[in-house]
Amino acid sequence: MPATPIAESRIVHHEHVPGGRYWSMVVRRGFTLRLVDTHGTANVSLLGYNPMNTLERYNMADTLKGQHVSRLTQGDMLFSDMGRVMLSIVEDTVGWHDPIGGISDADSIHERFGEARFQEHRNDFYRNGRELFLIELAKWGLGPRDLVSPVNFFQKVSADDDGDLHYSADHSHPGASVDLRADSDTLVILTTAPHPMAPGPDYNPGAVDLSIYRSAPVRDDDACIHRRPENARAYANSLIANCQES
Amino acid sequence: MNLKPSDLEPEDAVQRTVVPAGDWWMAEIRRGQTLRIVDVEGNEAADTLFYGLDNPQGEHYSAIDTTRRQGNVYLTTGTRLVSNNGNVMLTITADTCGRHDTLGGACSAEANQMRYALDKKPMHSCRDNFLHAIQESGYGLTKRDVASNINFFMNVPLTDAGSLRFEDGISGPGKYVEMRAEMDVIALVSNCPQLNNPCSGFDPTPLEMIIWD
Repeated sequence: MPATPIAESRIVHHEHVPGGRYWSMVVRRGFTLRLVDTHGTANVSLLGYNPMNTLERYNMADTLKGQHVSRLTQGDMLFSDMGRVMLSIVEDTVGWHDPIGGISDADSIHERFGEARFQEHRNDFYRNGRELFLIELAKWGLGPRDLVSPVNFFQKVSADDDGDLHYSADHSHPGASVDLRADSDTLVILTTAPHPMAPGPDYNPGAVDLSIYRSAPVRDDDACIHRRPENARAYANSLIANCQES
Repeated sequence: MNLKPSDLEPEDAVQRTVVPAGDWWMAEIRRGQTLRIVDVEGNEAADTLFYGLDNPQGEHYSAIDTTRRQGNVYLTTGTRLVSNNGNVMLTITADTCGRHDTLGGACSAEANQMRYALDKKPMHSCRDNFLHAIQESGYGLTKRDVASNINFFMNVPLTDAGSLRFEDGISGPGKYVEMRAEMDVIALVSNCPQLNNPCSGFDPTPLEMIIWD
């Protein structure tokens, strides 16, 4: 299923982020961030912060238990630790995004892919999620204390009856997309390093195309808000936080 | 389930503390010491965080590193509790409950609003306990350091279809979990005051903390 086309007049920004890189921007309430997995091999690890108070941040546990899920897809929301909606998944052509797999680090990359230093490989050197997050977080005055479990878009990790974790390789497909509507102003920080459970030996993290576009008006029957009563209450809390908006 | 009773006797312990429902407990556990958390009356939830004593702002328990390292989402005997820096902080050495959660997080005033009703905000919560404890503690911790916690004695099953459920506890009166510190750590436990779901059987009760050298 292809992504719904967005009229050019609604798009305010477009950017290509190669694999093994980082990106951040405040996505304002009223705008939507579309991620496109151009080659079907991307892992987009994403964190969200309230730019007015970065102590408020995307919270894995509240997002999962509030919606009784261990995966995220269309209709689900990313909740902050303050009971509010940061981002709503208004469209998804993949069906499962991973909120529990975590972030790759230098050791996990070295174990699976070996080593490739800048000295020999220039800008094709191997990067890891932790390093890229820390670099991008630093630009906003944030650091290791702010690095929490991200959502890994275009990736699938499931648990069986015994709780054993299983990573699904080749889960996404070329052109797969997910649309994240900002229901609060959200500082989005993302990296495109390999998923920590991705098998080796080829280090080839996928690229992502980003678009930011003006959201469609939020309708009374919005599918994300009405997915569960918890979602409606989190959305109501977000409206309160924005009640003095001019 | 990996049930394993302990050989340690409470009369040999160096510290025993009963934590009433809704209270918090914070203590330094030295490398080599063993901490037992006892679900005294059963069906209680012990929301637990660990910090590295040498660097509390830089090292804390990490739920995702722990679960990914062992390839399993539940904690029980043999689980190594791993920090955000990849170090083993403690090892679970005995467990008469069999399964503990680390994905469900802690209740808070705001999460209670989202989960149950907007007017639930005034109810007491684990995150209030965490924030109060770290403000009083003098370790320099702030809200930034409140990471995803462990819920000892809580049963939160995942399915391969991607759902997550809160089920009645599999714990019972006197059941316990025991862990050996592999580095000097600070333990912070909130005896969960949740009255809106079955994690504490709608009737929060005391926990006992026992430490052996």
